[in-house]
Amino acid sequence: MHYKVILRILGILLMIFSISMLPPVAIAFAYNDGLEVAFLSGFLITLITGFIIWAPVYRVRQDLRTRDGFLITVLFWAVLGLFGAFPFMLAKTPDLSFVDAVFESVSGLTTTGATVITGIDHLPKSILFYRQQLQWLGGMGIIVLAVAILPMLGIGGMQLYRAETPGPVKDSKLTPRITETAKALWYIYLSLTVACALGYWVAGMTPFDAISHSFSTVAIGGFSTHDASIGYFDSPAIEAICTFFMVISAVNFGLHFYAWRQRTLGHYLLDPEFKFYLTVLAGIIFLSACVLILTETYPPAESLRKAIFEVVSIATTTGFATADFAQWPVMLPFLLFVAAFSGGCAGSTGGGMKVIRILLILKQGSREIQRLIHPNAVIPVKLGKKPISDRVLEAVWGFFSVYLIVFIIMLIILLGTGLDQVTAWSAVGATLNNLGPGLGQVAANYGDLNEPAKWVLCFAMLLGRLEVFTLLVLFTPAFWRR
Amino acid sequence: MKIIILGAGQVGGTLAENLASEANDITIVDTDMSRLRELQDRLDIGTIEGKASHPGVLEQAGAQDADMLIAVTNSDEVNMIACQVAYTLYNIPTKIARVREHDYLRHNKAIFTDKSIPVDVLISPEELVTKHIRRLIEHPGALQVLDFADGLAQLVAVRAYYGGPLVGREISFLRAHMPAVDTRVAAIFRQGSPIIPKGDTVIEADDEVFFIAAKKDIRAVMSELRRLDRPYKRIIIAGGGNIGARLANTIEDHFQVKIIERDIRRCNSLAKRLDNTIVLHGSASDKELLLEENIEDTDVFCALTNDDEANIMASMLAKRLGARTVMTLINNPAYVDLVQGGVIDIAISPQQTTIGSLLTHVRRGDVAAVHSLRRGAAEALEAVAHGDKRSSKVVGRAIEEIDLPAGTTIGAIVRNDEVLIAHDDVVVENDDHVILFLVDKRKIGEVERLFQVGLGFF
Repeated sequence: MHYKVILRILGILLMIFSISMLPPVAIAFAYNDGLEVAFLSGFLITLITGFIIWAPVYRVRQDLRTRDGFLITVLFWAVLGLFGAFPFMLAKTPDLSFVDAVFESVSGLTTTGATVITGIDHLPKSILFYRQQLQWLGGMGIIVLAVAILPMLGIGGMQLYRAETPGPVKDSKLTPRITETAKALWYIYLSLTVACALGYWVAGMTPFDAISHSFSTVAIGGFSTHDASIGYFDSPAIEAICTFFMVISAVNFGLHFYAWRQRTLGHYLLDPEFKFYLTVLAGIIFLSACVLILTETYPPAESLRKAIFEVVSIATTTGFATADFAQWPVMLPFLLFVAAFSGGCAGSTGGGMKVIRILLILKQGSREIQRLIHPNAVIPVKLGKKPISDRVLEAVWGFFSVYLIVFIIMLIILLGTGLDQVTAWSAVGATLNNLGPGLGQVAANYGDLNEPAKWVLCFAMLLGRLEVFTLLVLFTPAFWRR
Repeated sequence: MKIIILGAGQVGGTLAENLASEANDITIVDTDMSRLRELQDRLDIGTIEGKASHPGVLEQAGAQDADMLIAVTNSDEVNMIACQVAYTLYNIPTKIARVREHDYLRHNKAIFTDKSIPVDVLISPEELVTKHIRRLIEHPGALQVLDFADGLAQLVAVRAYYGGPLVGREISFLRAHMPAVDTRVAAIFRQGSPIIPKGDTVIEADDEVFFIAAKKDIRAVMSELRRLDRPYKRIIIAGGGNIGARLANTIEDHFQVKIIERDIRRCNSLAKRLDNTIVLHGSASDKELLLEENIEDTDVFCALTNDDEANIMASMLAKRLGARTVMTLINNPAYVDLVQGGVIDIAISPQQTTIGSLLTHVRRGDVAAVHSLRRGAAEALEAVAHGDKRSSKVVGRAIEEIDLPAGTTIGAIVRNDEVLIAHDDVVVENDDHVILFLVDKRKIGEVERLFQVGLGFF
C-alpha cells in the first residue's frame, strides 16, 4: 500500500471537489437567500483540508497498485459524503443534524435520491441547486471526472476507474487511453444533460427547475426541487421528456459512445443487454397499466401515463414520482420495487444489480434446463454471438450472492433498530439499489428513521454505488496484509 | 499517434510500454487473454483478443484511423498478411512487420513492395542483435556501440577504469591530451544516475561514459578511459540457434570461432553452413568441455541460447574458468540489471536492441535513427534538421544558442558524410544530421518539437 500517493491523490481530489461549492455561492447571491457564507465556508474547509493532506506529500511519485485504487475510491466517496454535508449543516434552513446532513449528501452523491428533508418547496434556491449538483457529480462518477481532467493520474487512473465503474466486465475501455475514455464518457454525459435541460425548458419549466431537474434525471438520481417531484408540474410533455432521458441514461454509455463515433443507431438493437432492458421495461409497464385499469385506480389514459412514468422511474432506480406507487393496488408496489433490483445497464448511471447480470443469471438457468434435456451437450452461455467466459459468470454469481447476503444482514440490523418489516425491507432495497423512495414509513421521506438506521442506510448507499465488492474488500484482513 | 501492435510477446509488450508513456493511443492485439490482461493492468493501453491478421479484429482495434501498424507476432506469415490487410482495407500509412525467416529477407526488395506484400519497414530482431554483438566484438572493452549516419559516427559506452589517462581528471583535459582526436562526452552515468557532463566534470573510476566520435577515432578515445584491451581473437559461442549461427557466419572470417550446440542434428547443419568455425557438440555448462577447448585463453564467451537462466549459468562458469569477457543474451529485463557489471561483463537485451529501430518510425519529425539505452530510460537519436533560420528552431543557430531541454546534449553533427563534433560554436545547417543524447526519455516530446519545421517552411 502506498499511503503517501493515496494521500496525495485524495488531497487533490478534495481540492477539486471544493470547487463544486462555488456555483451554489453564485446562486445564493443571485437569489439573495443568505447562504453565501455557508457555501463559502464549506468551500474553504474542503479546500484547506485537501491542501493540508496534499502539501506534505505533493512530491511523491509512485504508480498505483490495484489495492491502492480500491482504498482511494472508497476513501474518496466516504470523505466526499462527509465534506459534502458541510453546507447542509452550516445552512440555517434546512436545520439538519450531523447524521441527516451526511445522509442527504451521501444520498445525493450516490444518486440514490432518498431525502430526510420535508418542505423542499420552501428551501433556499442555493441548497436546492446544491442537492441537484451533488447528484449530477455522483452520476458519472467523480473519479471518472478526475481521471478525465488530471493526466497525472496516468496509469493509476485505470485502478481507480475500475473500482468505480459499474458492470461485470471492468476492463472494457472505449478508447485505448483511460483519460480519453473518461473524457468521452463525460462529453456524452454533458451533452445528455444539456439536451435534457433544453427539453424541460421548452416544455415549460423555469430555467432553474429545468437545469436542476436535468442534473438529477441524467444522473438517475431522483432529487427534485419540489415535494411533489415531477408530479408538481402535471405536464405530459415534461413527463415524456423525463421518461425518455431516464431510459437512455440507464443504457450503457459504451453504446452512446459508439453511436456518437460511428453516427449510427442500429447497434442499439443488436445489443442483447439493451434489448432485454427494453423488453423488461415494456413488460412491466404493460402489466402495471392493465392492473391499474382493471382495478379502476385511474381512468384508462391516466393509468397508462402513470404506469409508464412510474415504472421507468423506479425500474431505472431514478425515483421521481408523479403518483404514490406505494399505494397502488395488489402486487404493483412490490413488482416495481423488485424491478429496481435489476436497475440500469452496466456502464450507465443507473443503480441496482445491472440488467446484464440478471440476463446472465437467467441464461445460466436456461442452460441448466438444456443440460437436463441433453446431458452430453456442450452449451456455452452466449451474449449476442459471443460466449461469456466462466470467469465472468462466476463473478456474476459471486456478486449476486454477496448482494443478497449484504441485503439480508442490513435488513436484520434495521429490524433490530425497531423498524417494521416493510419499512426496513424497502429502505435497504431503496438505498442499496440507489433507488430512493421506499415503501411504508419511507415511501416519501427518511426523516423519521432513528439515527443508527440512517448510518446503516448511508453505508448501504455507498455499497450500492461502488457495487459492493469495492467497499467490502476493505473489510477483509487480506487486503491490509503486506 | 494511433498505433496498433499485433502480438503481445516480449517485443510487443516492451514496445507498448515504451510508447504508452509518450501519449500515444496504443491498442495491442493477441490471442492470449491472460497476457493482455497482465499488460492492461500495468499500462494505459487498449487490448483486443483475437487473431491478429483478421480484418474484423483489426477493425475492432481501430484500423480505420490508425497511423501505424506494428506486426510482431510469432509468425512471419501472420505479420505479412496483417500488413496486407491493413494496406488493402484500411490504408494504414506505416506498416512495420517483424520477419525472422532469412529466406524471405533474401528477396526483400521484390517481395515487400506495395504491389505484392506492402510492408514499409522490415524488422528482423535476430539480425539486429547479431549486428549489435558484432560491433561489441569489434570494439573490445565497449559496453555498447551504436551506429549513427550509417556507421560514420558512433556512440560508445565504456566503463572507466583506474589506469586510464583521463580517469580522475576533468573532461576538458581530453582535448589537451589528444589534440588530433575530436570527441564529445554525451553523458556519464555514475552508480546508475545520470550526470550531464561539462568541461570541468571529473571522470571517476567505474563511471559509465557515453561518448560520440567518428568511427576511426573510437579506439583512441577508449584508450583514454581504460587500459586498452588488445583486439579480440578467440571467441566461443554457446548456442547455435538463429543468432549464434548468424553471428558465427558473419565473424568467422576475422576471428577464431568455436560454437557449442547441444543438438547433434543442429550441429550437423551448422557444420555444413559454416566453413571456418569449429562446431562442438555438447553442453555450454559442461566444465570439461570448456577446459578442453581452452576457455582460459578465450577472449569472448557469448552465451546466446534462448534460455536466460542457462545463459547466465554458462557465462558465470566460463568467467570463473578464465574467459576474458563474457557476453550474455538476456530476454527478461529484470535480469539485465541483476547481472550486468557483476560476473557478466555485458548483458545483451534483444528487446532493447529491437525497440530502437521501431522507435525510429514513431518519432515525429525527420528522425534517421533511434537507440534506446539503459532499459529505455535514456535515448540517443539522430534527427535531421530542416528549414532555415526563420522556420526552424535549430537551423542557422550555433549549438550553444539552441534551446535544448534539460538533460539533453548534442553530441555530433553529420554533414555530407563528415562528422563534426558538436562544439558550442558549430552552426547547424539545413539537412544536417544532429545526434542527440537524452538522459531522460520523458523530454522526448520537447526534442521532437524542436526539430519540427515551423509553418513558414512549406
